[in-house]
Amino acid sequence: MKTLTVTERLAANRFVLDEEQPHIVVHQELAKATGTAARIIAACPAKVYSWAADGSVAVEYAACLECGTCLAIADPGTLEWHYPSGPYGVQFREG
Amino acid sequence: MSAEVDFDVIVIGCGPAGAITAYQLAKAGRSVAVIERGETPGSKNLSGGIMYCHAIKQVFPNFLTDAPVERLISRNALVFTNPSSHVAIDYGDDRLHAAGTAVTVLRARLDGWLAEQCEAVGAMVMPGLRVDGLVRAGGRVAGVVAGEDELRSHVVVAADGVNSFIARGAGLRPKPPPEQLALGIKAVVKLSQEIIADRFQLSGDQGAALAMVGAVTDGIASGAFLYTNRESLSLGLVLRLDDLTAQGGDSSALFERFLAHRFVAPLIEGGRLIEYGSHLVNEGGQAMIGNLVFDGLVIVGDAAGLTINTGLTVRGMDLAVGSGIAAARGIERALEAGDYSAGGLDGYRLALAESFVGRDMKTFAKAPRFMENHRLYGDYGALLADIFHGVYNLDLAPRRRMVSLGRQVLRDSPVSLRDLVGDGLRAVTAL
Repeated sequence: MKTLTVTERLAANRFVLDEEQPHIVVHQELAKATGTAARIIAACPAKVYSWAADGSVAVEYAACLECGTCLAIADPGTLEWHYPSGPYGVQFREG
Repeated sequence: MSAEVDFDVIVIGCGPAGAITAYQLAKAGRSVAVIERGETPGSKNLSGGIMYCHAIKQVFPNFLTDAPVERLISRNALVFTNPSSHVAIDYGDDRLHAAGTAVTVLRARLDGWLAEQCEAVGAMVMPGLRVDGLVRAGGRVAGVVAGEDELRSHVVVAADGVNSFIARGAGLRPKPPPEQLALGIKAVVKLSQEIIADRFQLSGDQGAALAMVGAVTDGIASGAFLYTNRESLSLGLVLRLDDLTAQGGDSSALFERFLAHRFVAPLIEGGRLIEYGSHLVNEGGQAMIGNLVFDGLVIVGDAAGLTINTGLTVRGMDLAVGSGIAAARGIERALEAGDYSAGGLDGYRLALAESFVGRDMKTFAKAPRFMENHRLYGDYGALLADIFHGVYNLDLAPRRRMVSLGRQVLRDSPVSLRDLVGDGLRAVTAL
């Protein structure tokens, strides 16, 4: 099977985007100072987080698979993360 | 106390734990609501894909024929993988298939079916609605808040999955430390029935379950899996969070290397990726269960930390079903007595402890410690491959007996005899 990038893999999924309410907020300074930023950028399997050109953490919340890994490894106060309100977000057709 | 309620019981989450709790109570004539944040039940739910069926057959005797199961497992393999070799223990047995011990499932379909069963016995399933928090009255849980609505019940069942936001948000359950959680990453790859049958030596509805450790995760605990569905494969990684972050692991790149590994790539050749998902997995075993019964609230399934990983078997869904059966029993007793306090609901705790769930969690309480051992994810795979290499790589040198060869390989390996004996004893007591 051809190697697929994470973007190509995500393209197979069905997402229902909540354009009004992002479900993720990164508290930039604390996230960087604690090392949380680097950790969540590496660990997220959907590459929701990345370094922006200005040195902040960019958040592509529309691609979130809602596993909760980022929250589990984030230091206190660095990240607000909850499930998107129903029925938004990823909708698995296989599971 | 005669507080007005909308339902006897409100269940948060329509996975196996929530659905079984709801089904049992609705069948007994109780008014039950199941609130599910997914567009349809199952659409937020993800499992590796093996369900051991002993518990769910108690609820649905015709589960294997009525439910959307994929294949009946007839073959289990444990594969030690290295960068350029692998050693497998491959066990196939018609008895497993004949008994329907374990099946592969895809949760979008299975949980949809479970929701239909709940509705058939009168439960109200409400999809597309996220529960934001709990209603408290007089110090006890008295219902749920979902958007602008407040729904009241005698008992709330938190079946909201591994992140357990409901209990955590109410301050009833701590956030687990990273060593008690693993990141599961999974792809579903479409392949024809004929190719799956040929590639995995299966006929009819037989299925295979492969567990892999070692190079497939770059040596990170805990491992990888590959399961056969009817017309697709479920495969992925399970990466313990403490180990993943300690190594600065890029999980997406690890996944790409997994798919390209010499053992995995030929098995998915010609396939088409049709879904990519991720989900946290409880890895703490009995140590992470904690208190599951509060005034007006019980916690079931993944939200309660109920999973067992012994390396050979990875169990969650059967424990979820078992906890649902036990919770329904405890809640039924509380409803009969009109006592919804933690004391009134204590029948759940007792039923769970007496059931296979409580007993198996206790039996395998030491498994998480055993699975922390890094030799499992690198050194042992290399050691096994070196022994077999010595056996099969005939050259002009005079041959040696296997014991002498093994001793030599062990001397050259980072594993000491003492490690080997110690790990052997720990395996015997933990698994």
